[in-house]
Amino acid sequence: MKILVCISHVPDTTSKINFTDNDTKFDTNGVQFVINPNDEFGLTRAMWFKEKQGATVDIINVGGPETEPTLRKALAIGADSAIRINTEALDGFQVAKELSAVAKEGNYDLIIAGRESIDYNGGMVPGMLANLIGASFVNTCISLEVEGETATAIREIDGGKETVTAKLPLVIGGQKGLVEESDLRIPNMRGIMMARKKPLDVKEPQGADTETKAVSFEKPAPKGEVKLVSPDNLDELIDLLHNEAKVI
Amino acid sequence: MSVLVFTESEEGKFKKTAYEVVSYARGIADMMNTTVTALTINADETSSLGTYGADKVVHLKNDKLAKFTANAYASALTQAAQKEGSKVIVLSSSANAKYLAPILAVDLNAGYASNVVALPESESPFTVKRTAFTNKAFNHTEIKTDVKIIGLSKNSFGLKEAQKEASEESFEPSLDDVHFNIDVQSVDKVKDKVTIADAEIVVSGGRGLKGPENWGMIEEMADILGAATACSKPVSDMGWRPHSEHVGQTGKPVASNLYIAIGISGAIQHLAGINASKTKVVINTDPEAPFFKAADYGIIGDAFEVVPKLNEKLKEFKASNS
Repeated sequence: MKILVCISHVPDTTSKINFTDNDTKFDTNGVQFVINPNDEFGLTRAMWFKEKQGATVDIINVGGPETEPTLRKALAIGADSAIRINTEALDGFQVAKELSAVAKEGNYDLIIAGRESIDYNGGMVPGMLANLIGASFVNTCISLEVEGETATAIREIDGGKETVTAKLPLVIGGQKGLVEESDLRIPNMRGIMMARKKPLDVKEPQGADTETKAVSFEKPAPKGEVKLVSPDNLDELIDLLHNEAKVI
Repeated sequence: MSVLVFTESEEGKFKKTAYEVVSYARGIADMMNTTVTALTINADETSSLGTYGADKVVHLKNDKLAKFTANAYASALTQAAQKEGSKVIVLSSSANAKYLAPILAVDLNAGYASNVVALPESESPFTVKRTAFTNKAFNHTEIKTDVKIIGLSKNSFGLKEAQKEASEESFEPSLDDVHFNIDVQSVDKVKDKVTIADAEIVVSGGRGLKGPENWGMIEEMADILGAATACSKPVSDMGWRPHSEHVGQTGKPVASNLYIAIGISGAIQHLAGINASKTKVVINTDPEAPFFKAADYGIIGDAFEVVPKLNEKLKEFKASNS
């Protein structure tokens, strides 16, 4: 089984979010970048397929050279080889289109992406990619097994879950549940050393079009002071929620 | 040219978000001087959509669509959009809507903006405000394509009545086997319990509750308020509560009217995930807990003392206000 894992290079979840250039660009100053958490759950599940079912695991990212440390980390976790499509990721459609060219050429059985990246939260690349290459697609995937040509997946739905089967090739939008938090792997020294020697192929982009443009950013308005209520005066809280906030 | 809106139903009944997306579509249609067409799939009655501004309901009844299949639903929407000549399609942020939106976007060569929180800021260029960085920021996005898809963030626009008499028309799109390439084997849905996605109120517990055996008072409060229960990341990681209750940056987003955080300190990732909630209440022993900076109302106190007392008060309140 050939697996491709899509890796987004995103600010660490603890990052303070700021913008520069008149609020048109994300301020990367002092920001630590990591593998997108939704992708890391998928990557770790891919390692399971590699170890138990002999799968090969390639990873891919659309981005400039600055994303390579994130790809090296994924290699250190255990992926076999990396591909970087050398262009700035501008919108979900452009990224999906660039990925689709490599995905088609590579004849992958399974393509694992995160349900969304934690930076732009677009939530569209996996579904667009599946449609562009004519693969099956399961979103918000929290469990995945593959036997022969058939995958059995569990999808999280609002208020529950749904078990589905699909023929390969399959694209999933994955998230926590594919593996547990405690299954995530911290690369060890041997992994890091080996990752340096693994292939990282830089491909030139197709020059896919964008359909949307992030024009500018803004931060939420600062929050007013919290109103403190004494634990001995809970009637006041109920009164505030009922009459002031009007939420109960 | 009609603005097309997908109004989701469950067991024939519309969800509240269906009325919210119609209200929003009405707003766009008024900006663009056009009409609103709602597509329903296996809904029992459709007249209520007019109340929120639908001019026309395109009604699809098909047993093959009894279970949600993203490709088939996307294809139905594609055909409805083509029939209506729609340039703008409005979807909710439900799990199903987010599943089908990117498929639809490719089929219609449409640019798609998810998590949109307000009416377009301008029509040309077509620019919308959406959340990004998991609610730590907003992003103004221009959709450049001729056909545009908007995923509306839950509880961001609200319900607005417009009192239209919606005409109704049945609709039979052609659906092939290829649209049913995902076989739904089983659906496991919690019954009689409010889900985080639909909840107006969410009651959430953190590590401060010391163990899963102490969740009785959280569930009791949720029962009294008709709320959903949720939890912080460490709580789900330790297995005290299921992952489906984990809210925060890597868990589920919450956009309820009221979010009550009990024994949750308020890590930046947690606050990001619940930031879209309108009113936030925190109950925590530690006055330095970061949640106090994000909350509207706070109680500095021990949850084990405060929550049972608060539950009694809430019961009295509910009894005298229902």
